[in-house]
Amino acid sequence: MNITEKILAKSAGKKTVSPGDIVDVNVEMVMVHDLTGPLAVEAFSRIGVKHVWDNKKIVIILDHQVPAESVKAAELHKMLRSFAKQQGIRFYDVGRGGICHQVMPEKGHVVPGTVMVGADSHTCTYGAFGAFATGIGSTEAAAVFATGKIWLKVPQALKINVEGKFKPYVTPKDLILSVIGKVGADGATYKATEFTGSTIRGLTIAGRMTLCNMSVEMGAKNGIVEPDETTTKFLEGRVTKPYEELKSDIDAKYEKVFEFDVSKLEPVVACPQSVDNVKPVSEVGNVPIEQAFIGSCTNGRLEDLRVAAQIMKGKTVKDGVRTLVIPASQEVYRQAIDEGLVEIFTGAGALVCGSACGPCLGGHIGLLAAGETCVSTSNRNFIGRMGSTQANVYLASPATVAASALTGRITDPRTLEAKKP
Amino acid sequence: MRVSGPAVKFGNNIDTDVILPGKYLILTNPTDLAKHALEGLDPTFPEKAKRGVIVVGGKNFGCGSSREQAPLALKYSGVRCVAAESFARIFFRNSINIGLPVVECPGILASVQTDDELCIDFDTGEIRNVTKDKALKGMKLPAFILEILSDGGLIENLQKRMKKK
Repeated sequence: MNITEKILAKSAGKKTVSPGDIVDVNVEMVMVHDLTGPLAVEAFSRIGVKHVWDNKKIVIILDHQVPAESVKAAELHKMLRSFAKQQGIRFYDVGRGGICHQVMPEKGHVVPGTVMVGADSHTCTYGAFGAFATGIGSTEAAAVFATGKIWLKVPQALKINVEGKFKPYVTPKDLILSVIGKVGADGATYKATEFTGSTIRGLTIAGRMTLCNMSVEMGAKNGIVEPDETTTKFLEGRVTKPYEELKSDIDAKYEKVFEFDVSKLEPVVACPQSVDNVKPVSEVGNVPIEQAFIGSCTNGRLEDLRVAAQIMKGKTVKDGVRTLVIPASQEVYRQAIDEGLVEIFTGAGALVCGSACGPCLGGHIGLLAAGETCVSTSNRNFIGRMGSTQANVYLASPATVAASALTGRITDPRTLEAKKP
Repeated sequence: MRVSGPAVKFGNNIDTDVILPGKYLILTNPTDLAKHALEGLDPTFPEKAKRGVIVVGGKNFGCGSSREQAPLALKYSGVRCVAAESFARIFFRNSINIGLPVVECPGILASVQTDDELCIDFDTGEIRNVTKDKALKGMKLPAFILEILSDGGLIENLQKRMKKK
């Protein structure tokens, strides 16, 4: 069996499972946020049970409309706060957490070898820690609140094998965009995507998270990386319970194997209006921008901010470009202050906002007007994603976004002279 | 279970951001959400859907976010069913969980035009295009999913199962 099958078999109390089997699995952890939680709480109240199945296995995080941008949002936050208190559920309020997918592993809620579900499509991020993690809707989250179980169809798996060494200013974001460009926006629908190979073994947790995070952009049920010393090191002091590091068998079955060599990779962007519309930056031509965004659950980690700061240090963002930097969590924000990154960004004329999803989903903070273009480190460039349906979003790495903020047009970071922070 | 109505056709990769833009996610009343259904592609859609329609889509319908508000907006705007070449998995599950019938039907995009009258039989998986007098074979849903749909959604199904216990 591959790692996904092993986790599903174990969580279903079975010795083996095969693709296509429908299994009822025990859920280790379920997460909802401020835009999916209210519907989940409302659905839970209709089930007819008083208490959640296990209040230690539920997490509620405010990260989308934070700080509350309207009275309506404030009321939803209040409702979630009160539900969490009443049920004794772990709750991360404004200023105490950050983006859910960063907070979950940081605070030790992600456990390798288990099933993690969340009412957010990017829940697949936790596959970076060797967990089976997938997104669900609010009603299904409510059902998990009540029962601790969920039915899942065992997916076929795609193996994405990656070899080679990244060239300077080429990042895991460029890799995952290239993978999506090749596999297609629906090329992995219902499937597991397992990232393997020497490049993946050499990647940091942040890089692995970026890869697993965007698996859903090719339709995948989950993205996953086998746990190793890098995983253990990150989770040390965070996950207190014992866990099992499951790995794929040598004879594990995959529906298809894709081979990638990053040594040939150059910086790429996903052009409007689909994530698989991927081109090398060197081929997009002259694309002027009005906004640059560095952040999100895809690329708002310390490592991402360091790359951007390295490019922006001592420079000023181009007149006419609004540059937003949003650290993925309060922990990342504090580290960014300690390392002097916030000083570099603010000095360059960028706005550093509090940890939140920000403009990524067009909820509030940094929305786009008709005819405007944003280059963003986030994960979706759909019509209307970041505001106006007449705006354009290009997805790129933190290095490319930082370089573009300086020049005012989409720019290959390798063409700029970089200084270390 | 049978559903019928006129088709309203869309293309491939219809994502949840065009079905229900992010700025409306703080709305909690389904009838308020319905006013913005498919606003990203056709702001007149809620008006068209009022009569009770079947949305026909291409590959990867409902891709993107896990927002259940997307199928909710469709359901409360008057959409009786979504039939597509294929679905993004979270949208597919969400639709079933809120009691909006969905059916996967390879070949549907080419065989149906907007306003064709469709009749879908969920027990056999057959999709009849009454206007063109043609039949298509849709994927049959497993019995436990049909039961969730006929109960009206996952919560109603769960209430029933919990009572039995």
